[in-house]
Amino acid sequence: MPALPLDEAGKYVAGAYVVFVAMILIYVVIMAIRLQRIEREVAELDELAARKEREESDHREEDDLERPDAARLSQDAGLEAPRR
Amino acid sequence: MHGKGLRGLSIATAATLVTAFALVFFYAPLDADQGFVQKIFYLHVPMAIVALCGFIFGGICAIGFLRTRDRKWDLRSYVAIHLSLILGVGVLITGSIWARASWGHWWVWDEPTLVSFLIIFLLYACYQPLRFSIEDPDKQARYAAVFAILAGAFVPLNFLAVRLAQPLAHPRVLGASGNLPSSMEFVFLVSLAGMVLLFITLWKYEMAAKQTRMRLKSLRQRLLSP
Amino acid sequence: MRAVSALVRKDLLLELRTKETVPAMALFALVAYVLFHFALHRNALEGDLAAGVLWVTILLATVLGVNRLFVAEREQGGFDGFLLAPVDRTAMLAAKVTALLCFLVVLELIAVPAFFLLLLGPSAGPAFPELLLILVLADIGLAVVGTLAAGLAVQTRARDLIGPLVTLPLLVPVVLAAARATAPLFSAPAGGVEAKWLAVLGLYDLVFVLLAYAVFDFLLED
Repeated sequence: MPALPLDEAGKYVAGAYVVFVAMILIYVVIMAIRLQRIEREVAELDELAARKEREESDHREEDDLERPDAARLSQDAGLEAPRR
Repeated sequence: MHGKGLRGLSIATAATLVTAFALVFFYAPLDADQGFVQKIFYLHVPMAIVALCGFIFGGICAIGFLRTRDRKWDLRSYVAIHLSLILGVGVLITGSIWARASWGHWWVWDEPTLVSFLIIFLLYACYQPLRFSIEDPDKQARYAAVFAILAGAFVPLNFLAVRLAQPLAHPRVLGASGNLPSSMEFVFLVSLAGMVLLFITLWKYEMAAKQTRMRLKSLRQRLLSP
Repeated sequence: MRAVSALVRKDLLLELRTKETVPAMALFALVAYVLFHFALHRNALEGDLAAGVLWVTILLATVLGVNRLFVAEREQGGFDGFLLAPVDRTAMLAAKVTALLCFLVVLELIAVPAFFLLLLGPSAGPAFPELLLILVLADIGLAVVGTLAAGLAVQTRARDLIGPLVTLPLLVPVVLAAARATAPLFSAPAGGVEAKWLAVLGLYDLVFVLLAYAVFDFLLED
C-alpha cells in the first residue's frame, strides 16, 4: 500500500527525487542546444558544399571558354577533332 | 557509430527507472528506524555506486588509451569521468538532503561513504581544469589519462582509509546496514539496474554527440580546402 | 643506478646553492604553528588536535615544495636533455622522489622539534622510534604522490593552482592515517600506535609506488 505521510519526511524525499529528475531534464536541454548547433553547422556545410559545386561548374565553363584557342590550334594541326 | 543501440537502450532505461520508482513508492516497505525518509536510499546509493564505477571505468579506458594511443579511448575516458562527476554532484546533494532529513544537519562527517565521496569529488573536479590548461591535444590526452589512472586507483584506497577512520562503536547514521529485507533488496537492485542503464545511455549519447561534432569539423576542413 | 644518483646529486646541489625550497618550507611550517596558535586560541595541544596540526602543516609545506620540483627542468630544458640521454626514464622518477624525500626529511628535522617546543602540550614525551616510523611511511607517500602531481602540473598553464589542487585530495589518506597513528603518542597518558594505520600507510605507499613506476614514463614523452 502506498504510504504517503506528507509531513516533514515527504518534503525531503520529494526534494531528493526532484533533484534527480531536474538533473536529467537539464541534460535534455543541453543536448537540445547541442543539436541546434549541429543542425546549424550542417546547414553551413551544406552551403559550403553548394558553393563549391557552383565554383567548380563555373571553373569548368571558364576553362571551356579559354581553351578554344588551344583547341583551334590543335584542330588546325589536325590533332583533335573539332569540339562540339 | 555510438548512436546505434541508443533507441532500445533509452527505452529500457526509462522503463527500468520508472519501474524502480514505482516500486519504491508503492511496494517497498517502510523502514522501521528512519520511516519515509529512508526512501532516498534507493536513489542515493545506486547513484553513488554507478558514479564510482564510472570513475574506475574512466581509469580503465585511460589505460586503454595509453596502450593503443587511439584517441577514441581517451574520449571514452573523458565522457565517463564527466558523467560520473555530474552523478557525483547528485550523490552529494541527495546525501545532504538525506542527512538533513534524518539527522537535522546538512552534512554528517560520520557517514564514511559520503565523506569519501566528497574527497573523490574534489579530486575529479580537477580533471577538466587540468585537461583544458594543456594546449597540445596529444599531451592533453596523455596527461588526462595519467590523472584518470591515478585517481581511479585512489578511489578504493580512499574508501578504505575513510571507512577505517570511523569509530567502530558508532553506528552508521545513514545507509542501510548489511541485512536488508528481501523486498527492499529487490527494489534496490531494480533501482541500481536503472542507474547503470542510465549511465550507459547517457554515455553513448555523449559519445555520439562528440563524435558527430568531430566529424563535422573534419568535414568542414575537407570542404574548405581546395 | 648511476643516473639516479647523478640526478639526485644535481637536485640537492641546486637546492644547497640556491636555498630556495627547503628554507621556505621550514619557514612556512613555523609560521603555520603561529597561525594555529592564534586561530585555535590554545597554548598547548595534545592528542588528536596536536597530531592534526602537525600533519596538516607538514602536508601544506609539502605542497609548497611540490610546486618547485620540476620548475628547473621545465624552464631550462632539462626534460629534453634528459630524454636525449640513453637512460631509463624511470630514473627521473626515482631521482625526483628521492630529492623530495630529502627535502621532507630536512623539513621535518626542523618542523617536528619546533612543534614540540612551540605547541606540544605536556605529554609524556613522544616515543621516538614509533614517531620515526610514522614519519618515514608518510614521507614516502607524500614524496611519491607529490612527484606525480608535480609532473602532471608542470606542463599546464595554471601550474601553481593545479599542483596543490591535485595533490591535496590524493594525500587525504596519508594525513588521515598519519594523524590517527600519531595521536596516541601525543596524548597525556601516552598510548601505543595502532598497527592498522601503519598498514594503511604501507598499503598506500605500495600502491602509489607501483602506479608511479607504471605511469611516469607517459608524462615525459614529448
